[in-house]
Amino acid sequence: MDFIAIFSIFVLACFVGYFVVWSVTPALHTPLMSVTNAISSVIIVGALIASAAAGSASSKWLGLAAVVMASINIFGGFAVTSRMLAMYKKKER
Amino acid sequence: MDVQAILSAATGGHGAVNPYAAIAYLVSGVLFILALRGLSSPATAQSGNRFGMIGMTIAVVTTLLTHMPMKVGDATNSYVGVDPVGLIEILAAIGIGAVIGIVMARRIAMTAMPQLVAAFHSLVGLAAVAVAAAAYLNPVAFGIADATGQIFTVSRIEMGLGIAIGAITFSGSVIAFLKLNGNMSGAPIMLPGRHVINLGTLAAIIGLVAYFTFDQSPWVFWTVTGLSFLIGFLLIIPIGGADMPVVVSMLNSYSGWAAAAMGFTLGNTAMIITGALVGSSGAILSYIMCRAMNRSFISVIAGGFGADAGPGDGGSKEQRPWKPGSADDAAFLMSQAENVIIVPGYGMAVAQAQHALREMADLLKKEGVNVKYAIHPVAGRMPGHMNVLLAEANVPYDEVFELEDINGEFAQCDVAFVIGANDVTNPSAKTDKTSPIYGMPVLDVEKAKTVLFVKRSMGGVGYAGVDNDVFYMDQTMMLLGDAKKMADDIVKALNGGGH
Repeated sequence: MDFIAIFSIFVLACFVGYFVVWSVTPALHTPLMSVTNAISSVIIVGALIASAAAGSASSKWLGLAAVVMASINIFGGFAVTSRMLAMYKKKER
Repeated sequence: MDVQAILSAATGGHGAVNPYAAIAYLVSGVLFILALRGLSSPATAQSGNRFGMIGMTIAVVTTLLTHMPMKVGDATNSYVGVDPVGLIEILAAIGIGAVIGIVMARRIAMTAMPQLVAAFHSLVGLAAVAVAAAAYLNPVAFGIADATGQIFTVSRIEMGLGIAIGAITFSGSVIAFLKLNGNMSGAPIMLPGRHVINLGTLAAIIGLVAYFTFDQSPWVFWTVTGLSFLIGFLLIIPIGGADMPVVVSMLNSYSGWAAAAMGFTLGNTAMIITGALVGSSGAILSYIMCRAMNRSFISVIAGGFGADAGPGDGGSKEQRPWKPGSADDAAFLMSQAENVIIVPGYGMAVAQAQHALREMADLLKKEGVNVKYAIHPVAGRMPGHMNVLLAEANVPYDEVFELEDINGEFAQCDVAFVIGANDVTNPSAKTDKTSPIYGMPVLDVEKAKTVLFVKRSMGGVGYAGVDNDVFYMDQTMMLLGDAKKMADDIVKALNGGGH
């Protein structure tokens, strides 16, 4: 994909992010942080490419290390978010 | 779908994007947007979180399918066979991460959430650094170099920015973690000439990233990496404990931009969309936190504010009369009230008083008292932290209100019960231009008919080190003691003296 196409996606996504995040209720700002933490570990995509690629052993091991780190974040981030969200309860009437 | 076709398309790199893979990444990007959208209400948040998990699964599976490890020696042409050892290594890496991540998520105490989030940020940063370094060492595999190994100019800029932001996120988050976790004092560490050092280091990083477009030698790349680790460290050490909510939000934003920069390098839409979402999210949260403390972003970055509360200029303070009260008095006043607003602060959470507090509220509700909670945006140690702590103690979220929604109600309320909070109730923020917290939005507790103020002693002051006029008002009763013990005693009094 050429740079301009990617850059367009990026700029539009920033606007989407701006509006979506302002609509998040302040009561859920901590889960917002932990879930953004989990999804920013989509960087695992790059780590997987590096670990699967042939040609450089150091690149591969850096990739595998990054896979471990990103996985901690993905599993940990989603798990802790869901643990927190499960605590939010409405008044029983 | 023919796996072989996907595999051969994937090895083409930048030029030949596999359309199926591209669409899968786009879908996961959209699912991540929905994950954040779900957080607009606690009722939809869990399903939003599931969208996020599905999106991540799609991104990971797509990458695994399109980038199977193959037998060494044949990465350019036809598919010869999946390398089973390589695949096992990758799955093992995911498994190790999964176990560590889930154990951490299960064990962490809710009061320690800011530390956990800081630790997670540092991992995103370090992973970004590792990926950028891997791409630098093996650019052909990432499709960002020509046949001679010359990395494309645009890719060099993206990679340089990615590694710089990633390294700053890592070292900054490590310092934030150590400060939040108490391994390092919350007091700001002020190096002499730090502004010159910081600006010089930043200028050097920018200059070297620019130079990297002409010369891709290893020394340039690794110097940028090293300097970025250093600047992340230097930027956070002068920032005091009180400003940590802003710092954590800011590092959240950085981790997003790091992911976005790597997304540009790989031409991956899921990474770019996510990076932009997370980047904006962290930036907005930093803005909200700065506004809640009436601090400019620049002054937070410059650091120095929020030294652990010392005696300061306390010596010159005159002794003013104040009214002490007991748990029995408090129980009586509140059970006779029609409306009670509870103002919890971080001191309440430190004392682990939230469960006793909720019990107290339950008893009051039984007596027909209307109980609400008022939360200041900086009541906890990170955005929304107090809401989580109350939710953990089974306080229903529809009894918890944000500052702007409840501030008008103090004038009509009979009792404002302040526990573990101080600066966020200080009326001098509205009137005294010389006060260090002037201009900060505060909860108008002084408008309540009666104020019950739970405080450890009369000596201590909040982070900002200023005295609070509310202590000395006629309608204020000071309940001195540990927050948890006081709440327990009030519960006992309500049980004993009640029906």
